Amino acid sequence: MIDKALLDQHNLTEDEYRLIVELIGRGPNLTELGIFSVMWSEHCGYKSSRVHLKKLPTEGQHVVQGPGENAGILDIGDGQVVVFKIESHNHPSYIEPYQGAATGVGGILRDIFTMGARPIAVMDSLRFGPPDDPKNRSVMEGVVSGIAGYGNSIGVPTVGGEVYFDPCYNLNPLVNVFCLGLADKDKIFYAKAEGAGNKVLYVGAKTGRDGIHGATMASAEFGKETEHKRPNVQVGDPFKEKLLVEACLEVMARGLIVSIQDMGAAGLTCSTTEMAAKGGMGIVVDLDKVPQREIGMTPYEILLSESQERMLLVATPDKVAAVQEVFAKWDLDAPVIGEVVEGGRARISFKGEVVVDIPVDAVVNLCPAYNRPIAPPAPPPPAPALEALPLPADLGGVLLRLLASPTIADKEWVFRQYDHMVQVNTVFLPGADAAVLRIKGSKKALAMTLDGNGLYTRLDPRTGARIAVAEACRNLACVGARPIGVTNCLNFGNPEKPEVMGQFEQAVTGIAEACRTFGIPVTGGNVSFYNDTEGLSIHPTPVLGIVGIIEDVRKAVRPGFRAAGDAVVLIGESLEELGGTEYLKVVHGLEAGAPPAIDLEQEKRSQEFLLDAIAAGLIRSAHDLSEGGLAVALAECAFHAKDRIGCAVDLDGAGRDDALLFGESQSRILVTCRRASVAGLLEKAAAAGVPAKAIGRTGGTAIAVKRAGCEVLHVPVDDAFRAWKDGLPAYFRVRA
Amino acid sequence: MKFGVVQFPGSNCDFDAVHALRNVMKRPTVMLWHKDHDLQGVDCVVLPGGFAYGDYLRVGAIARFSPLMQEVRTFARGGGHVLGICNGFQVLLELGLLPGAMLRNKDLKFLCQHVHIRVEDARTDFTRAARKGQVLRIPIAHFDGNYYAPARTLRDLERNGQVVFRYCEADGEVTAAANVNGSLGNIAGIRNKEGNVLGLMPHPERASEALLGSEDGRTIFESLILSLERRKPARGPAAGKAARHD
Repeated sequence: MIDKALLDQHNLTEDEYRLIVELIGRGPNLTELGIFSVMWSEHCGYKSSRVHLKKLPTEGQHVVQGPGENAGILDIGDGQVVVFKIESHNHPSYIEPYQGAATGVGGILRDIFTMGARPIAVMDSLRFGPPDDPKNRSVMEGVVSGIAGYGNSIGVPTVGGEVYFDPCYNLNPLVNVFCLGLADKDKIFYAKAEGAGNKVLYVGAKTGRDGIHGATMASAEFGKETEHKRPNVQVGDPFKEKLLVEACLEVMARGLIVSIQDMGAAGLTCSTTEMAAKGGMGIVVDLDKVPQREIGMTPYEILLSESQERMLLVATPDKVAAVQEVFAKWDLDAPVIGEVVEGGRARISFKGEVVVDIPVDAVVNLCPAYNRPIAPPAPPPPAPALEALPLPADLGGVLLRLLASPTIADKEWVFRQYDHMVQVNTVFLPGADAAVLRIKGSKKALAMTLDGNGLYTRLDPRTGARIAVAEACRNLACVGARPIGVTNCLNFGNPEKPEVMGQFEQAVTGIAEACRTFGIPVTGGNVSFYNDTEGLSIHPTPVLGIVGIIEDVRKAVRPGFRAAGDAVVLIGESLEELGGTEYLKVVHGLEAGAPPAIDLEQEKRSQEFLLDAIAAGLIRSAHDLSEGGLAVALAECAFHAKDRIGCAVDLDGAGRDDALLFGESQSRILVTCRRASVAGLLEKAAAAGVPAKAIGRTGGTAIAVKRAGCEVLHVPVDDAFRAWKDGLPAYFRVRA
Repeated sequence: MKFGVVQFPGSNCDFDAVHALRNVMKRPTVMLWHKDHDLQGVDCVVLPGGFAYGDYLRVGAIARFSPLMQEVRTFARGGGHVLGICNGFQVLLELGLLPGAMLRNKDLKFLCQHVHIRVEDARTDFTRAARKGQVLRIPIAHFDGNYYAPARTLRDLERNGQVVFRYCEADGEVTAAANVNGSLGNIAGIRNKEGNVLGLMPHPERASEALLGSEDGRTIFESLILSLERRKPARGPAAGKAARHD
């Protein structure tokens, strides 16, 4: 009997239930209700976000496939494409950090190879509560080793990413995984079931009871008790996935299949109905043929299981034997479990009885979209007037504190647990502004980066989102890459709260504006709502994954100073703004004020200028200014130099010393060039309408900053390096 | 000369090894499937990095039973050259072609980073192109690289000069700090007594191109090519004999 309690359990409203009855012409049975519950969940159905996501630009010269498929596809020339996407696995990672993160990696990899691409790199965007809390450390250790455990085994390098810490992620860490694959343009596969009479094959791991209602779980707030949700988290088997990658790529390369879809959220249900709906066909499935690893599973459980490492293939009857032979070679099951049929219905039987008989279109395409009530986001807590903010006496000490603060500190503790070199394409190791991957057999390279500052977005969603796009593009420009496409992961709170929807709406607007300015399309992504635990929402955290191309990999530029005696040039203007900075947060304990202002047109001019200068061979090193401002950027450039090179700069301009050193004004890049090139570089900048100034020289053993001739900062590089290097490991040693 | 790279289902550095040998070293290279019994007439078998059969059990424990490994064992006993990299080294230990075992890294974390290793013996077929004491910068990427052997085995290894590589500082000094995974004697790579089988944890195939940050790994491949091409056509048992006389 379907009653209110049962609907609640399935996260469906009474209105939604009435719509289901109307669409299928009768009341659903329990199995069918389960199917609608997952397919119409926020996670699968995008019901709160769809109306807003329409604002994002999705077209551009490189786009082969925009949103709506497993991943976006961009043409990179020479008959090749990149396939890329970002996915969140936030909720599972809090409940069971290791498996939650591991299966997050597994899931996004399947999204990529299901389209015919070999995954060549992964990056992660992680957010945790501060590491001084043992619970946060344990979540972080679990997440990092989960990502490592899965990615390392399967042989896809984790080439970088970002890690931020803030108390708002205490009970709700964010784990966003960005994966990039490479494919031949004429060998792309889609999840479209075509041709009545074609066979449906189930390949990969057996189905168990794990992960039932994972998608539904990800579509609701968490209370205090999450322990009992642990069975909702799937368990990963990277070895199985490795076999699956190789076998799937082999049947695709040999042209043995018509189409393919992974079983991710909502498992067999989602893959069968989506494939049928996309092909405008129907599908019949016999659940008795589905390989199962447990006895006595009900149709409800088989259909809603989110067991990992499974795929659904469609092949013409004459190719079935050949497909099965390939899978046998890789020791994987590949039984035929059904057939593509005319008529647009999913008819699923179990022990000789039809247990599901519903129109696929209703399940896949008719999920209601909500234009949820929007309230303007709460204004940020006002920053104290600058005059009221005490100016620290020891600015060198402030720099050391910032360098040691977990968000800014060196992330080697994280990155060295990831195999970032397998596949031998990684040109820049983690820590550069963007990851750079060569393309074998070509002089081109790909660059990828992840960015998002939740605090900026919390203080001003639209500006924060614009900055996230701008900074990601700036990171790419710093290595010499031109951005070609975007994927985004939008991590927000409960969309039923109008102010959360207000943040969402503003952030999407900001992303859309910035992407239009930079001329880059959004080819897909992921929305993760309900990042609320015990009634507290996270900072709204849009994370942007952007892919770029470098025409000549030998011209790629690194952040570290190249040699002593080079000129240091600061591109961009430093304003007296401290709102939303790490400095304010770490030193003054304030998350307040307006985030730095951003002028997108100016930003674009600066990036174009930098790309031209790099192409002309003028730039020796480039690093973008972000958290911690100019002082931290100078220090990082010193650390990344081969033998740690210091620098001496002399700045002018008005305003407070702390704003000058640690302010986070946007559109700024620190570059070095040979002294002989300075005049030419500045001339080019002036002609391009880009503010740029020679501020000093590399060399020496200190980071030395003067202001109109007076010293304001003088820190030995080695001291700064130790603070930065030890910032994160220190937390983990304390406990040992 | 012809290289053969073994492909276990969970190998993940197999393509990397093939790339380094075929495209960088420009030598004919074939893949050898774990279920086969055919070594396709190769002169040197490379066991690549990865997770042979998932390695949920002890690393390399199942690989030892694979059909192809029976052929590799015979090939090695007949003097054929075998290079085990990372997981390949672990498999050689399980196979009994090299002594000792691998424990988890001392900090119980996976480690991926560049390390320095010192060439302890430049007369082997795997190090001929290097100088004794030369320091190579090559990356590691493993969870189980903490080399262990009973005291007597260790003594024998040292006495016979079978320790070919040790973790060291950039200047060649062998220190505890350089021993990132906790290996006994800072051991990064060893050979068998006969000198035709070598296993090492660092990945030379990842350090074969300047673009990727180091070319030091080429030394090992160059040494093999130097050793084996000089000896051709007297391959097989004769090569084995020559190796034993080293």
